[in-house]
Amino acid sequence: MLDDLIDDTVPSPTRTLLQEHLKGCEHCEVTLNTTRKTIEIYRSHEVYELPNSVRERIHAAIVARCKNGC
Amino acid sequence: MATIQVTGENEQHPDVALVASARSGDVHAFETLIQKYDRQIFRIAQHITQNREDAQDVVQDAFLKAYEKLDQFQGNSKFYTWLVRIAVNESLMRLRKRRTGKMVSIDEDIETDEGSVPRDLAEWRPNPEQNYGQAELAEILRKTIQGLPHGFRIVFVLRDVDGLSTEETAETLGLSVPAVKSRLLRARLQLRERLSRYFRNKKAGEK
Repeated sequence: MLDDLIDDTVPSPTRTLLQEHLKGCEHCEVTLNTTRKTIEIYRSHEVYELPNSVRERIHAAIVARCKNGC
Repeated sequence: MATIQVTGENEQHPDVALVASARSGDVHAFETLIQKYDRQIFRIAQHITQNREDAQDVVQDAFLKAYEKLDQFQGNSKFYTWLVRIAVNESLMRLRKRRTGKMVSIDEDIETDEGSVPRDLAEWRPNPEQNYGQAELAEILRKTIQGLPHGFRIVFVLRDVDGLSTEETAETLGLSVPAVKSRLLRARLQLRERLSRYFRNKKAGEK
């Protein structure tokens, strides 16, 4: 159920009940908020950057081999 | 961060035309696909191999293999998910080589209850983005996700960071939908628990 809440895919009658529960349950509310934040923070920050100089080198190598029939 | 473009059911995905052109020998069309997806492929490869050089090699090899096999691309899945499947296999092969032939698989079940019962129950205040600089935050995020079992990590990256659907993630990794759901929840909860050590609202006097 927690993953459906995180993804906002809970059907509406159940959602109303869960929202009621969340209002009075700090434990669930904190878990939900911080799990959503976990996803958001990983989505909005690139953990592994590929520098442009490396990209260009890789692109050139791929294209050269594609032109030669790989 | 680039995420996957979502198109309607009847709308043709822009990659379809690019793949068709590349198939008929237009290398520039294929170059456009490289430009579009190389960063995501690098990220996925780096998350699996945990090695920069290997990840760069995977980008090169995955695109070359895709180009070679364009004729085999059925078009019933998205080009990107097909490419990711190639990249995941290439990454696992690299990882296996580094571990001198030891079997590496993403479909092994991982026995862990970590995070399934949330222990750290403080809100994250102030917002982590306000509390840490970009480089410091990236280091925390990197360190934290590296600690996950790789079968959890890759499901989280494909589903939550790249934005693939649960079904696409399952198809790409050769896992069942319930297995993806279960791993995703455990990955999310473990990451949450681990990040809480850095981001939790500290009470007065607490270190």
